[in-house]
Amino acid sequence: MTESAIFSGGPQGMPIPTPDPHFAYVLRHADDNLVAAQRYGEWISYGPELEEDIALGNIGLDHLGQARSLLAHAASLEGRGRTENDLAMMRDERDFTNLLLIEQPNGDFAHTMARALFFDAYQVGLWQALSDSTDATLAGIAAKALKEARYHLRHSSGWLVRLGDGTEESHERSQRAVDALWPYTSEPFQPDAVDLAAAEAGLGPDPSSLESEWRSRVSAVLGEATLDVPTDPYRRHGGRSGFHSEHLGHLLTELQWVARRYPGLKW
Amino acid sequence: MVSRLERARQALTSVVDPEIPALSIEDMGILRATTETATGVKVTITPTYSGCPAMGQIESDIRSALATADVGEVEIETVYSPAWTTDWMNEEARRKLEASGIAPPTSNPRCPRCLATEPRTVSEFGSTACKALLVCSACGEPFHYFKEI
Ligand SMILES: [Zn+2]
Repeated sequence: MTESAIFSGGPQGMPIPTPDPHFAYVLRHADDNLVAAQRYGEWISYGPELEEDIALGNIGLDHLGQARSLLAHAASLEGRGRTENDLAMMRDERDFTNLLLIEQPNGDFAHTMARALFFDAYQVGLWQALSDSTDATLAGIAAKALKEARYHLRHSSGWLVRLGDGTEESHERSQRAVDALWPYTSEPFQPDAVDLAAAEAGLGPDPSSLESEWRSRVSAVLGEATLDVPTDPYRRHGGRSGFHSEHLGHLLTELQWVARRYPGLKW
Repeated sequence: MVSRLERARQALTSVVDPEIPALSIEDMGILRATTETATGVKVTITPTYSGCPAMGQIESDIRSALATADVGEVEIETVYSPAWTTDWMNEEARRKLEASGIAPPTSNPRCPRCLATEPRTVSEFGSTACKALLVCSACGEPFHYFKEI
């Protein structure tokens, strides 16, 4: 792939306010998990079978827990009185820095599993690296999340293999999902200023160092699933700097409306 | 005269994991430390699975248990490092788990009913974040298994 074949998803040259990089770094990983949790939550009561419905709910809950730990940590790093809840419920779309990949709609079950495979394979490498973070709290959260992510990856890999190497219909749908989501799979590995500052400070890895392992993990699963690894060089970026696809706004509306309509509401 | 710290520790032995009431938070390894502060006590806890929804309930149960123990101000701190692992569950916890019908964490789970090994995995995601759903290959009974992490 040539550099010129890489397109960015967002408008260029707009000044973005730069918060403390440590805060921003923890927050972006919190956002990934919060958005992931919301997407899995959408499956509740729609799962293809009861056990799967429960599994998707559980995986969503893991991501929600990871998001909450990270948001609470980010809030304390920021030290401006915003809470975990404020960060989740009172920021707007433009302030979210999650990956475009994870905000993409669920689609059919194959689509959700393909997205999960790409995301889980990324997270296993990420959490592993973050377990050695110089930020002890982040390292602790990552060490636990790593073990959870391995369960998630086993789940998504297993499904994609069964679907890809299943019926003609399930094969075709899986390949369609893999092709549709492929453009979002280079963003996780593109470092920006926040990532580089974090790598410099020993907070986390340079994301580009995670790509080759991701590729071999994902290729192995796709191979076993008899699915083709896409060769389309088209790439979408922008989530990490707050330039999102049209889907995030809708997701946040559903996530945030109660907290905004009834500020301070308690059970 | 029993010290404030001893009263707190005694009171905390009654706080159980709301999802596995057979086990106290001490058995589970959720309760990391109880220390004395200038005006009361500080209780340090750590979450099990990231998504464990019981943490909020546990905090409120800790406050209730300490409310009647005359320990002064109660501060609860949640720590993430080092990360909780099933290795911290003591032998007593494992015994109680199995007695309550949940296979304890191990690389080689066995049926809590007939003790046969090599069960079949139905789903690695069960009724709570920490459990998988297995079926015994010998007696056919489905059971929960506390996943190793
Ligand atoms: Zn049995």
